[in-house]
Amino acid sequence: MAMEITQVLLSAQSPDGKIRSSAEEVLKQLQEQNLPCFLLSLSAELSNDQKPPESRRLAGIILKNSLDAKDSAKKEELSQRWVNIEPSVKAQIKESLLKTLGSSVGEARHTSSQVIAKIASIEIPRMEWLEVIAQLLSNMSQQGPPALKQATLETLGYVCEEISPQDLEQDQVNAILTAVAHGMTQTSQNSEVRLAAVRALYNALDFAQTNFENEMERNFIMKVVCETAVSNELEIRKAAFECLVSISSMYYEVLEPYMETLFTLTANAVKADEEPVALQAIEFWSSICDEEIQIQEEYDGAETASSGSLHSHFVEKALLLLVPMLLETLLKQEEDQDQDDETWNLSMAGGTCLGLVAKTVGDAIVPLVMPFVEGNITKSDWHCREAATFAFGSILEGPSVEKLAPLVHAGLEFLLNAMKDQNCHVKDTTAWTLGRIFEVLHSPPVTHSVITAASFPRIMSVLLESIKDAPNVSLKVCGAIYFLAHGYEDAGPESSILTPFLGEVISALLLTADRSDTGNSRLRASAYETLNEIVRSSRIPETANILCQLLQEIMKRLGQTMEIQVFSSDDREKQGDLQALLCGVLQVLVQKLSACDETRFIIQQAADGMMVLFLKVFACRSSTVHEEAMLAIGALAYATGPEFAKYMPEFYKYLDMGLQNFEEYQVCSISVGVVGDICRALDDKILPFCDGIMTHLLKDLSNSMLHRSVKPPIFSCFGDIALAIGEHFEKYLPYAMPMLQGASELCSRLETADEDMIDYGNQLRHGIFEAYSGILQGFKSSKAELMMPYGGHLLQFIEAVFRDKNRDEGVTKAAVAVMGDLADTLGPNTKILFKDCTFHIDFLGECFQSDNDQLKETATWTQGMLGRVVS
Amino acid sequence: MAPHDLRRPFKRAAISDQQRRRELALQRQAQQRADSHARARALASSLLALQSQPQPEPEFKQEVEMEPPPAVVSSVLEASKLKGSEARRWFARQLMLPEWMIDVPPHLDRDWYVFPRPAGKRCFVVSSNGTTVSRLRNGSVLHYFPSALPNGARIKGVSGPASAYCILDCIFHESDQTYYVIDMVSWRGYSLYDCTTEFRFFWLNSKLSETGACNPPSTYHRYRFSIVPIYDCDQMGLHAAYAGSVPFGRDGLLFYNKHAHYQTGSTPLAVVWKDEHCSQYFLDTDNKGEIPAQQQVVLELQDDGKLTTSDDPPVVFGSLDGEFVQKSGLHSGNFLRFAIKDGGAQVVDGKLEMCDIQYMGKANRARAFADGYSKVFFQYTARHSPLRIDDLVASIQPHLHEDEKTTDVEMTD
Repeated sequence: MAMEITQVLLSAQSPDGKIRSSAEEVLKQLQEQNLPCFLLSLSAELSNDQKPPESRRLAGIILKNSLDAKDSAKKEELSQRWVNIEPSVKAQIKESLLKTLGSSVGEARHTSSQVIAKIASIEIPRMEWLEVIAQLLSNMSQQGPPALKQATLETLGYVCEEISPQDLEQDQVNAILTAVAHGMTQTSQNSEVRLAAVRALYNALDFAQTNFENEMERNFIMKVVCETAVSNELEIRKAAFECLVSISSMYYEVLEPYMETLFTLTANAVKADEEPVALQAIEFWSSICDEEIQIQEEYDGAETASSGSLHSHFVEKALLLLVPMLLETLLKQEEDQDQDDETWNLSMAGGTCLGLVAKTVGDAIVPLVMPFVEGNITKSDWHCREAATFAFGSILEGPSVEKLAPLVHAGLEFLLNAMKDQNCHVKDTTAWTLGRIFEVLHSPPVTHSVITAASFPRIMSVLLESIKDAPNVSLKVCGAIYFLAHGYEDAGPESSILTPFLGEVISALLLTADRSDTGNSRLRASAYETLNEIVRSSRIPETANILCQLLQEIMKRLGQTMEIQVFSSDDREKQGDLQALLCGVLQVLVQKLSACDETRFIIQQAADGMMVLFLKVFACRSSTVHEEAMLAIGALAYATGPEFAKYMPEFYKYLDMGLQNFEEYQVCSISVGVVGDICRALDDKILPFCDGIMTHLLKDLSNSMLHRSVKPPIFSCFGDIALAIGEHFEKYLPYAMPMLQGASELCSRLETADEDMIDYGNQLRHGIFEAYSGILQGFKSSKAELMMPYGGHLLQFIEAVFRDKNRDEGVTKAAVAVMGDLADTLGPNTKILFKDCTFHIDFLGECFQSDNDQLKETATWTQGMLGRVVS
Repeated sequence: MAPHDLRRPFKRAAISDQQRRRELALQRQAQQRADSHARARALASSLLALQSQPQPEPEFKQEVEMEPPPAVVSSVLEASKLKGSEARRWFARQLMLPEWMIDVPPHLDRDWYVFPRPAGKRCFVVSSNGTTVSRLRNGSVLHYFPSALPNGARIKGVSGPASAYCILDCIFHESDQTYYVIDMVSWRGYSLYDCTTEFRFFWLNSKLSETGACNPPSTYHRYRFSIVPIYDCDQMGLHAAYAGSVPFGRDGLLFYNKHAHYQTGSTPLAVVWKDEHCSQYFLDTDNKGEIPAQQQVVLELQDDGKLTTSDDPPVVFGSLDGEFVQKSGLHSGNFLRFAIKDGGAQVVDGKLEMCDIQYMGKANRARAFADGYSKVFFQYTARHSPLRIDDLVASIQPHLHEDEKTTDVEMTD
């Protein structure tokens, strides 16, 4: 049945485009006409050692691509096609592939092992081809050639990577682990085999749950891995440390007995081994920190002490040795590490790990690090000064404010002076450290800040000077200004401290955004984003004039982006990025100035101009809608109120486009939010657009491709529309209600073991309740009776939510409110409903016990509404 | 499997302003959605207050004749925009009016609060849309002023959503220019009409001071607000309310039933009591501020010539013949002042009956109500055999079994 396809495969790689494309056409036809035969021919080609390596390589690639794809729908389709092939043909293909594992040609072995894993990933979960594990393992027991063993181990690794632990029986797992351990330990084995064995173990670790629970087996695995971590070959040591990193997060709770050994191993590696190994050794400790931080967070979040996971305090116990080891790495910087995003070296990994250690142990790290900081920060070698500063900056998150504040007070002036250091790395790290200080010790409310009215002008002048420094320093200075400003957000009169500097800061940031001495676009983005924070933190109305000028300037800049010459998709992207930043600033300005009665007129006066610009931004693209412009328009609608109606005819087509953009779900989500803004701005003037909007929203809800996070806001949006158009919502009721009821039923079926799903369930419930609230209140004055048929179902749903232990406070509030809305709108008609189910008494009781005043107020209101109908 | 990427975020400021902008936009939208819902709901609670009133109200007929019927006011917010007589009519119906104590309610110590009533003008204080308005019992405006109440002044950052209005039941005490808050009817847009006194007082005590409304006057806060000390009506509480030192002139005691809701109009679940020791106004005064020799009452003239109190249902205290009505140019709905001649009234089976009252003229135009039955009765007993503080104290003897209390009262007499 197999065909001779060597020539076609070779032609398909011909440098002659004409030959190549006709060969590709032939291959495509073969595939479409008779897939089983085609796959069989490919596997025959791959397995035949007589064939040229080039044709075998391509045969392997096509074979692999016939079984797997990145796109999940395509992948599903390919799996189905494979499943439907005649069993005898599949058997022949598999046999060829298994045979290829023993080939003398390395590349063919490698490709074959990948293809086997792909087939296994389709068949094993379907309970087919379970014997492949045994077949593979039989390669290991015989005295076969090392090449076969190496390929077999590689295949086992790939298979484990492709399938999930529940797909295999425990005895199969045991056999794999035994074979892998065997491959790792036999010193007689050649290094290729041992490397393949360690890598296979890495993939099989996930399957070894049961083995790690058993002390003897666990001891054995740990012993094998630790021994491998000191083997002679660099690649094998590195792979063994990768296993240890993986074990540290997967099996943290059973590591206690091995920690001494592991500490020695990692410490030696960090000190003396080559960089790739040392980096893994540091990563081991970072990973342990991740685990312990997570356990601590669980403890903090848990109501009772017993509910957290086991905390072994490894970091705390190793602290005295661990910290000096990490500090040592900080002195191993490279000359240009700050310029390059790709670099990851010992000092970067060490500093990052030090930061995690600080987060894990808190105050205890401070006395261990400060002598290093003090001993190095004034040395003449820049490495020492940079390392000292980096160490200090790294430990700012974790220790208490009480512990850190005196140190920062004492060191702040030194750091400000260090912004004039002759070394660029030192300045970079100093600016970063200042930013960290402001982030951690100057966060709102500013009452406990390390910054005083007296030190503020000095800090500001240093930052304004340093923002002109090299681009990498300037970037860190932007971050520092961002957090400096952030401390004054919502600070009331305190934020006036920024006012005298506002003009200067704004011009410095605008100049920074315009810098042309860097190819890195991050500086520009940071400058504009820092500008946003400056706007948010500035005090109005006293800064209204400056903000008004800024508004004009940003509008001017946005206008100029339309004139950018666009020749390529790259140009188009750059234009879009810049427009995004500028629309972002406008959005923040609109929100800021329209929040205050005395400045709202500024936005109202500029509204026409802004709207023209936003529409032009939309017009720059043909198929997608600009997300940031959409966000800004939402804020603008709030500011203009009913006046927004005049923009609707022009704007509607883009809103329409945004609502249909289910591929870019953020855009869709934001468009849905903007519909809500417009509803509140226009009230029933939105009516002429509702048919279109509702159609899209309903389609979005039914679309399985749309990211699920958009669906709860769509329900809330139903409520917004209903509240805006009141009785006119009647015609959408037959469509909206089944959606709401379907979604409420879905809530009860959601997975409750998964935290993400719990969150999603809460969002969905919240959205559903907001929809009901809007519809009920919208119908209250004229069409209340339309909701009569739905009251019982709604009340059942509320009860189900009441009994759900994963309900969060937002959902509780929405549920209680909707109960009141039901009674309010339907009045005495609901008497029977509420008499029949008395859970509402307990529910309200629970709310009155709450510490949340808003919840209590809502419950009070609902109680009043229920009191009317029930009593 | 490719081992996970070793690189972690390095020296990167945690700015993701785009995500932050999204989140802030979502917060803004959620807040504004909550505001719209609250507005829609607030509409409900105040309509409720309107509907619970018997309509049409009789007391304004005098002015109403030439005016359109009361507009359907759908919320306090809208009501606060009403002008002139419409506003007066609406607000005149919103206060809870205590009856006068003509006998001691049972279980005073268990079910009631007591507090000293500051002397002054009873009024309704509404803060909304950046301003505060106080209105007297008859609905007319006492003050327009800025206050630190939610939405009570136009101050940046402080003015909340438009729906965050507040309604307080107050007494304005002239000499220290202070509004003494005696009840909380609505707070930040949430109606407390349907809450028990216990809850309302709890809310009042915990919420009012948070706003800064109790601070001394300032530019954006023209009058100080203050809370009156409220006691459980046991012996200690009663004594404190009666004789304890207070910063204001005392005008009797108010007793509020703990379980009662805020009910507009007159209610027996809140009662007022006075004697000459705790009030300068123990006996009613006339226009000149003097105590007339004979008790005077204000009654409402009905269509059929009957003279009634403001109660629901009204109590009839006499009648005028049609000829006299016509001759004197009186109309039904007028409030008329009468003097009770000596021996012109008597208590029969615990009820006050009138037999000889003398017409004196129309009552003051500012009047919105006739006198209530309990007031007339209280004033009558005040002149004959007043209910004394000792009687009240005696009704709450401690350490005694409930059943024994009533006998106890009789024994001390």
